[in-house]
Amino acid sequence: MPEDIEIRLLLDAIYLRYHYDFRSYSAASIKRRLNAAKLQMNAETLSALQEKILRDPQVFTRLLQFLTVGVSDMFRDPSFFRVFREQVVPELRTYPSIRVWIAGCSTGEELYSFAILLREEGLLERTTLYATDINPEALRKAEQGLYPIERLQAFTENHQLSGSKCSLSEYYTAAYGSAAFDRSLRKNVVFSDHSLATDSVFAEVQLVSCRNVLIYFDRSLQDRALGLMKDSLCRRGFLGLGSKESLMFSEHASAFRDFVASERWFQRC
Amino acid sequence: MLSPSLHEQLSSCEAMVMGASAGAVEALNQLLPAVPQDARIPLVVVVHLPANRPSLLPEVFAPRCQAKVLEPDDKQPMTAGNIWFAPSNYHLLIEADRSFAFSTDLPVNFSRPSLDVTFESAADVFGERLCCIVLTGANNDGARGARAVRQNGGLVIVQDPTSADSRQMPEAAISSANPQIIAPLPEIKELIRLATRAA
Repeated sequence: MPEDIEIRLLLDAIYLRYHYDFRSYSAASIKRRLNAAKLQMNAETLSALQEKILRDPQVFTRLLQFLTVGVSDMFRDPSFFRVFREQVVPELRTYPSIRVWIAGCSTGEELYSFAILLREEGLLERTTLYATDINPEALRKAEQGLYPIERLQAFTENHQLSGSKCSLSEYYTAAYGSAAFDRSLRKNVVFSDHSLATDSVFAEVQLVSCRNVLIYFDRSLQDRALGLMKDSLCRRGFLGLGSKESLMFSEHASAFRDFVASERWFQRC
Repeated sequence: MLSPSLHEQLSSCEAMVMGASAGAVEALNQLLPAVPQDARIPLVVVVHLPANRPSLLPEVFAPRCQAKVLEPDDKQPMTAGNIWFAPSNYHLLIEADRSFAFSTDLPVNFSRPSLDVTFESAADVFGERLCCIVLTGANNDGARGARAVRQNGGLVIVQDPTSADSRQMPEAAISSANPQIIAPLPEIKELIRLATRAA
């Protein structure tokens, strides 16, 4: 199929020109995303899009928004956060200082979910959170912590279902159609550009949360990413994945044991 | 009622994808029990679901079906003999190696999972060896996807709108995809039986 060839060439071009490596992304998703980008960016073909991208970094910046558009809610899958609160937190409490890595934090919904739960459990003050992503625009939004007010109803429901005794409204102020999350939540957050495809381990942590990021990778890249997480985690450290992600097909499966497998919590052996 | 060429295409297809929205449970309840335990091909079912809780459909249908009813994990091979339900809050896609992939990209037609997303990616992988079924529903999801299946040479079956609980989705699919077969549920049930029975 000519289109499949165009996709390969375009991803090669992006890698050679901008050092972003999408070559081992899930082909089905990347194809959808590139076709959406092609339409919205008024390119006749992917080859035409490639030509623009090679010559104009701003066009690439636009394309990057299409290639990394995963959308998450705060406290997505509330039962995952309930397990964190009830079963992971008691173990984290035993560490004098805690380091948490939110890998692929996108626009920050997951990050604020963890920061809020850690505050509620009295651990945020002694926790450093590393929030990493490959998309600078998404990182900037994560750092702002501003979300459209329409999204807060779903966030609030999820927050309640995660087992919180407080109201989510204690953590944000609403103004001009947006909810601005309390800056004290990100006092101990380090926002950083980091690629699971091309970068290496940068810290030892007790917890990695990487949810609905691996679904966009093929198996070889999943293994690379899981290898980084494995090497970042201390012994008995925790790994949280998305509800459809598992270690079943990974070469690193034996480095982890199930913690609460039904909620995709694993523990480093 | 079925031309020899359609009969041939149906009994040699390598996967079946179907989708429904409003009225889905009732319609699927008539169809899925017809799939035999040793079904020749995999069936993928996409139903619009509320986003904030797990799908109950596998639990609902497992006791009523002879074939095994499952919700896939990421990169799980799409094996024959099973009925695979799309989970809530993800799009479900098919990779070229016939494994499942997921995305949390924006909803399509206000839906995640969206029929269009699954149909389009399955059309890409299976081409003329795909059978796609659009059932009852109250929006236009599935119409674009069914057209992609048709354009790639696949077989498109749409529930007769006059017999559907909600007619909008079948009507949209009919006008967009020019399906080879438009039929009420009892006939679709026989077509599924024909497509899935062991050789």
